[in-house]
Amino acid sequence: MQIVDLYSFKSIYRDDMQVKGYVFGSGEKSACIVGPSRGNEYQQLYICSQLVKKLTELEKLGVIANDKQIMVIPCINEYAFNLSKDFFGVKNLDINTSFPGNDYGEPITRLTGGLFEKIKEYTYEIQFTSFYERAQCVPHVRMTETGYQNVSLANLFGLPYVVVKKPLPTDTATLNYNMSTETSSAFTIYTKAKEQLDEKCTNSAISAVLRFLTRMGIIKYECHSGYISHVLKDEDLTDVYTEKAGIFKGKVECGEYVQYGQKMAEIINPFDGSVLEEIVASTDGIVFFAHNSALINQYETAFRMVHRLHD
Amino acid sequence: MKEIVLEYELPVGEKLTIYRNRIMPCSEINSPGRISIVSGTHGDELEGQYICYELARRIALEPENLMGIVDIYPAINPFGIDMASKNSPLFNRDLNRSFPGSSSGDLIDRVTSGVVESVLGSDLCLDIHASDIFVREIPQVRLSEDFADNLLPFAKLTNADMIWMNATATVHESTLAHSLNILGVPTMVIEMGQGHQINKPYGDQIVDGIFNIMCELGMWMGTRPRTQLPAISSDGSVEFIRSEKAGIFIPLTEHNHFVKAGDIIGEIFDPFIGEKLMDVVSEQPGLLFTQRIYPVVSEGDLLARILTGAF
Ligand SMILES: [Zn+2]
Repeated sequence: MQIVDLYSFKSIYRDDMQVKGYVFGSGEKSACIVGPSRGNEYQQLYICSQLVKKLTELEKLGVIANDKQIMVIPCINEYAFNLSKDFFGVKNLDINTSFPGNDYGEPITRLTGGLFEKIKEYTYEIQFTSFYERAQCVPHVRMTETGYQNVSLANLFGLPYVVVKKPLPTDTATLNYNMSTETSSAFTIYTKAKEQLDEKCTNSAISAVLRFLTRMGIIKYECHSGYISHVLKDEDLTDVYTEKAGIFKGKVECGEYVQYGQKMAEIINPFDGSVLEEIVASTDGIVFFAHNSALINQYETAFRMVHRLHD
Repeated sequence: MKEIVLEYELPVGEKLTIYRNRIMPCSEINSPGRISIVSGTHGDELEGQYICYELARRIALEPENLMGIVDIYPAINPFGIDMASKNSPLFNRDLNRSFPGSSSGDLIDRVTSGVVESVLGSDLCLDIHASDIFVREIPQVRLSEDFADNLLPFAKLTNADMIWMNATATVHESTLAHSLNILGVPTMVIEMGQGHQINKPYGDQIVDGIFNIMCELGMWMGTRPRTQLPAISSDGSVEFIRSEKAGIFIPLTEHNHFVKAGDIIGEIFDPFIGEKLMDVVSEQPGLLFTQRIYPVVSEGDLLARILTGAF
C-alpha cells in the first residue's frame, strides 16, 4: 500500500487539509473508492477506513490482480468532520454538488477539480455517501441515468437493490454524474446509517465492494454471492409524507415487509402527548427509506416504499 | 394587505409561513398589470429588506398613482433571515437550488412550488439578492443569456449600474428566476451591496428603477424618477481576480472606482510572521465592481472583479 497526496487545501491558521489516496496494487487504474464529502457521514468514513485495513491485508496475501490498481480516498472533507459541520468551508458548500471543478475558480471548485483529475483516471468509481435527510435506508447501489449507466455492472455488488435515478439539474454537479461516461462507470453506495456506526452494515458494504472487485477481475477473493439485486427506478419508490408535524415514533424498520393497513408510525403532539396522526401502510410493500429523527415536519418524507419489483 | 402565501406545520408549535404584501390600486382598473418583488431567498442577504420597505412606503404616499398590482415578498426564507443563514435552516439546503418544486412533493418542494405558483401571472418579477458577506457588489442585474432577449429591455430600466449576462450553468436551472422565466414570467435577478448589510443609497437607486419600470408598464402615474442606463457586459468583459494565497486581504482601492492595468488593488499578508504574501494587481483597466470585504482568504477566493471594455 502506498499513500499518495491528492490535494492540499491551505488555510491560514488550520493545518492544511490533505486529501490522501491509499493505493493498492499497480498498473491499470481500475477502481477508485471515494469516501464521505459531508462531515456527518461517520458510517461512510468508518467503512472506508475498514476497507483500507482489509485491502492492506489482501494485498499482503497477493490477491490483487497483476497490473490492476485500486485507490481508496477515505475522506474528502476532514475540515468538516473535525467541526461537526456537514459542508465545506466558511461558505458552507456541498463538495458533492461542486464537480467536476477546475483549477482557477473558487476554493471548493479547485478542490473538486484537483480530485476529479485524479479520480477520472479510474475505470470504476465507487462512492460512499448518504441522503441529506435524517433517515435510514436499505443498502443499495445508486446510478445516475446519464445514458452511460450500466445496471448489470451495479448488480455485481450483490446488494439487495440497484436504484437508477434521473438527474435533476443539481445532480449534474455530483461526482457520480461526472464519472458516468463512455469510458468510466460510477456507483454510489448507500448504507443503512449515516451518523451511527453499524458493524453489520460496515461488513456488508465491504463485502459488496470486494465482491465487485472480484467479479471485475481486479482481486481474487472468496466471497458470498450476495443478493440478486432488484433494479428500481427512483420514481418507482412511493413517498409517504406526513400530514402532521410533531414527535415521530416509527414502528417499522428499513427493509421490513409491511402489509396493507399495518401501523407504520405515529405523530405525537409535543405538548399534550395526543396522537395527531397514524401512518398506515396503503399497500403491501418493503420499507426502503425511513425517517429516523425524533421530530418531523408536515409533508416531510416519513417513508419511501417499494411496491413494484422488476425481476 | 398582508396575505399568506403558504403555511406549513413544524414539529413544536410554530408554523412556517411565507407572506406577501399585496398593494392594490385605489380605483378599479381593467386587467391591471402586476409586478412581483421577491427577496430573502438567501437569509444572509438583507439589501432587499430596505427595497421592500421603501417601495411600499413610497406607494403609500401617493396611492392614487398606482395603476397596477404590486406584490412584495420580503422573506422567502424567513428562518434563514432569523438565523443569518444563506441556506434554509429547516432543510440545510439552498432554496435557490430547489426550484421549481412540486405541489405534491415533500415540504421543500411544496415551499418552492408554492412561491412559484403565487408569482405566476405577474407581468414581471424582480428577485432581489445581496452579495454574500465576503464581497461587495455595485447594483447589477444578472441575466441568463437564454432569456436575454426578453429581459434586456426591462433590465435597462432598473437604474442598476450594470447588466451582466451569464451563460446558464445547468445547476442554475434550479433557481427561482430560471423557473419563472421558463413558465413565462420575465424574472430578473438583482445583486447588490453585501451580505448582513443594507446600503441605503443602493436601495434607493433600485427603488427608483422599480418605479421607472412601473411607469413603463403603465402601472404608475406619479413622477417617473430620473434613472441611468446600466453598462452592459458579458462574461468576456469581466476580469476575475482571485487569491493565490491563504492569508489576510486588505483592499487598497475604493469599491466602484476605475483602475488602470497594473494597479495594486490590495494585498494579502500573513499577520503571524509579519510578511506580505502577495500584491493583488489588476491586469486590465476597468471598473472595480466587486470587492472583497471579508479579510480572511484561501486560495481561489474572489478578491475583485473588473468590468473591462464596456465603456
Ligand atoms: Zn442570493
